[in-house]
Amino acid sequence: MTSRRVFLKGSALAMFGVGSLPTWLSRSVYADDGSERRKKILVAIFQRGAVDGLNVVIPFGEQRYYELRPSIAIPKPDGTPNSAVDLDGFFGLHPSLAPLKPMFDAQQLAIIDAVGSPDPTRSHFDAQDYMESGTPGYKATNDGWMNRALPKPDGPVSPVRAVSLGSSLPRSLRGRNDALAVNNLNDFQVRDPKAAASFETMYEHTLDTMLHGTGKETFGAVKIMQSIQKQPYSAANGAKYPNGRFGQSLQQIARLIKADVGLEVAFADIGGWDTHVNEAGAQPAVGQLANILSDFGQSLAAFYQDLGDRTEDVAVVTMSEFGRTAKENGNRGTDHGHANVMFVMGGGIRGGKVYGDWPGLAEEQLNEGRDLALTTDFRDVLGELVAKHLGNPNLKAVFPGYENPRFRGLLG
Amino acid sequence: MPVSRLMKCMMLRAFAALAVASFFPISPALPSTRRSKDADEAMRQAKLFQKKLSKDQQILHALDRLTFGPRPGDVAHVKKVGLKKWIDLELHPERIQENPDLEAKLQPLESLRMTPLEAVQHYPTPQMIRAIAAGRQPMPDDPVLRASIQRLIVRYKVNKEAATGGKGGAAFDPNADMEPAKKLEEVLDASELQTLRNGKPDQKRELLQSMPPDKLEDVLIALPRGQRQQLFNNSPVDVQRKIMLLNSPQQVVAYDLLESKLLRAIESNRQLAEELDDFWFNHFNVYYDKGSDRFLIPDYEREAIRPHVLGKFRDLLEATAKSPAMLFYLDNFQSVRPDIDANSKNRRVKRGLNENYGRELMELHTLGVNGGYTQHDVTEVARCFTGWTIQDPRRGGSFLYDDKLHDKGEKMVLGNVIPAGGGIEDGERVLDILATHPSTAKFISTELAQRFVADNPPQSLIDKMSKTFLDTGGDIRQVMKAMLDSKEFWSQGSFRAKVKTPFEMVASSVRALDANVTDAWALANQVGNLGEPLYRKQEPTGYSNLNSDWVNSAALLGRMNFAVQLTQNRVQGVKVAASPPAEMIGSPDFQRR
Repeated sequence: MTSRRVFLKGSALAMFGVGSLPTWLSRSVYADDGSERRKKILVAIFQRGAVDGLNVVIPFGEQRYYELRPSIAIPKPDGTPNSAVDLDGFFGLHPSLAPLKPMFDAQQLAIIDAVGSPDPTRSHFDAQDYMESGTPGYKATNDGWMNRALPKPDGPVSPVRAVSLGSSLPRSLRGRNDALAVNNLNDFQVRDPKAAASFETMYEHTLDTMLHGTGKETFGAVKIMQSIQKQPYSAANGAKYPNGRFGQSLQQIARLIKADVGLEVAFADIGGWDTHVNEAGAQPAVGQLANILSDFGQSLAAFYQDLGDRTEDVAVVTMSEFGRTAKENGNRGTDHGHANVMFVMGGGIRGGKVYGDWPGLAEEQLNEGRDLALTTDFRDVLGELVAKHLGNPNLKAVFPGYENPRFRGLLG
Repeated sequence: MPVSRLMKCMMLRAFAALAVASFFPISPALPSTRRSKDADEAMRQAKLFQKKLSKDQQILHALDRLTFGPRPGDVAHVKKVGLKKWIDLELHPERIQENPDLEAKLQPLESLRMTPLEAVQHYPTPQMIRAIAAGRQPMPDDPVLRASIQRLIVRYKVNKEAATGGKGGAAFDPNADMEPAKKLEEVLDASELQTLRNGKPDQKRELLQSMPPDKLEDVLIALPRGQRQQLFNNSPVDVQRKIMLLNSPQQVVAYDLLESKLLRAIESNRQLAEELDDFWFNHFNVYYDKGSDRFLIPDYEREAIRPHVLGKFRDLLEATAKSPAMLFYLDNFQSVRPDIDANSKNRRVKRGLNENYGRELMELHTLGVNGGYTQHDVTEVARCFTGWTIQDPRRGGSFLYDDKLHDKGEKMVLGNVIPAGGGIEDGERVLDILATHPSTAKFISTELAQRFVADNPPQSLIDKMSKTFLDTGGDIRQVMKAMLDSKEFWSQGSFRAKVKTPFEMVASSVRALDANVTDAWALANQVGNLGEPLYRKQEPTGYSNLNSDWVNSAALLGRMNFAVQLTQNRVQGVKVAASPPAEMIGSPDFQRR
């Protein structure tokens, strides 16, 4: 029993919490103060497993696409639900992504094609790591691009300025700035108040620097989450999130955004894209890829709807480690390839357009004779968002070694 | 009292933490200043790997690394046996008498001992149910199995009727039970009925345990589905399995796998072997939720992994390469010579090469991503493995080499010519090349050292282990021995340097509290909630072995909440004797090993 008392000693600080809100939480700091504009928020989405970009945004204007993929190519737009959704007469969306078409039409969704990491690796692990570190080909980087992208704070820093949904903190968000992993916003707490207090003290006083740092971040954020948990929440504007993990992640990000607690960057991921086998089912427009794309598309559409006019402050960007072979393999699937497709959406985005230089699919136009070639570096896209949306001009620190990003004009 | 002893042990560790805490940087600097800071850090770490451990630290360290955490009394036990002798025994698990309590607990988990074919028959998929309903396959003899399958067949028939608009299109209830042969009132007397309906959990449990098997089966079959499920949490393991068989037969294999994984980690006397089972399964990861793998995994772990955890790497590699679980997971069973006509009239002939296994075999199983292979090697290796397939992959079939599907052309793998005209030996030759490659020796040694020593093990250690790997033809026991004989292992650089994975954290908590586990299902779910769903890592990389992947806010809160639940006896199936403080399990110190 004596030992227990030792733990509890000095935990007065820890008892502070539920009910008493820290001052930086008050809405005025971030929202209502006329002198300060609302903070911009960047949401990054990682499609783990290498999504087949050529079947996400379909180059139906190129006959070669149909030659390379006799059994899995998505048919040209013909108005039926089994054909591509026409975007600009050359490219079309996979029919499962139809829920995103209204955003494209409203010019709030931009698509970048033939984009990705210049590193030639076809290892999922390495390619994800390179994309998340923001330093392709350079393994020694020990933090992530999104952590480095956080602007230098000009006032008090919110403990929930960088959040990832899920049980682990992704490489993108690791680094010098505090960043949280949140499994479930409603359960972000130690459920026993007495234990919570003594844990807070223990992590405060531990000499284990790694656990001390994370413990401190955690307990700082718990108090904010408790305040959010008290506010009733339901999705606005009739938005319906799918029940899967990805939809739920986006819903929680929307809730954080609307709670005005100082969120600046958020991260969510969605797996299952590694379609070596049976990418398409009985018809090209159904099957494994179609299923996961509908979850993906419906979730993004619900997020956009739910945010309402807050989309003005938000930019969403999607990425995947590499694309897949231009030619289908022997099992109605595709193997690891190179360039891919990215989506950028938000109120400030110059959408309604497919950006990038289309390299073509003829044999000599393919990367190593097998994959879509790369014409836009993913850092051109991320860099533009960091500089123009987040307002962090110091791109040399965010993407070290990448001197001259070429902005595509995604933002004004 | 065990608790106070553990608290003392914790204090001792907190003290030791003083020595090690300083080498984990939390704030990487900007690129410009990073280099010199990193260099300082590397220097400091290098020095720590030169510093010896005290005798007491050595024992604690050995228990932390070679077991799933010390139990009360383990330190004294190792002292008594002698550290050297204890380690030698752990390296020869066949000489250790297994814990009879554990064996008794594993006894009811019958799917662990089944062949894939038996598993398919006992825990059928919807397709199998259809085959039985159509009379294409026989009905099983076991009454509970038969009842569960009959129930599912009824569901299938009604489904079909609903789909074809038969029987007036009445709404179909997928959870409806079929009429039991005997009603509950016919099987139980009035007082038993009363207990089963309104009794306390312990009384229900006692009643179920006291029944002869025939009667128990009648009772479970007669119970409505919902009431059956309510009984689940308070039932002994064998009753739980019967309930699961009736309500959701497809869950049984997962149940058995998770139970056994936790129970073995917590109670096995062969702790190092269990550590290595976890290590090698994770190294050669397969995923429970990918199609047929559901019923292939018990056989995979039992036949391909466990016999080789301290054996020859080449044997382990071939066992995984020929296992239906791996062939299915990495798609090789569908990979065939590229020139098979894509438009073949015979729809059963699969078409074309699939690179998935060829790539992961080199990147993750042997050479490592920087091991010196190219995209060309990936394609060539894939060609060598064409025809390595599964006989009847959806019905629990075994490994099959099908020469008709094999690419007979000449191949070139890592500079070695594999002559035209070969058969199964092409793939076996690739395994020879990879298993004896210096990159493999280095990669496997590094992975082992990262699990058992530190995230950044010193090069000197990797060199020693790699050399042993190459000198002994990939003898895993000898590589482990080289590591355990090294000064680096027994240094301050290694002591308390690892953060526990969720699996290690949960198992070590139960061991530290000397808790009694009657049912590990809830514990396994906790491991999943903490970020490591067992048998369910979708990516072939397996779970990370690095500290930074397990330390974050969600994980810490999860661990603290688990500590509260466990110490307050709120984890189903686990009983903690005294009421230890949650701080013991949720503390920063306890997260390390």
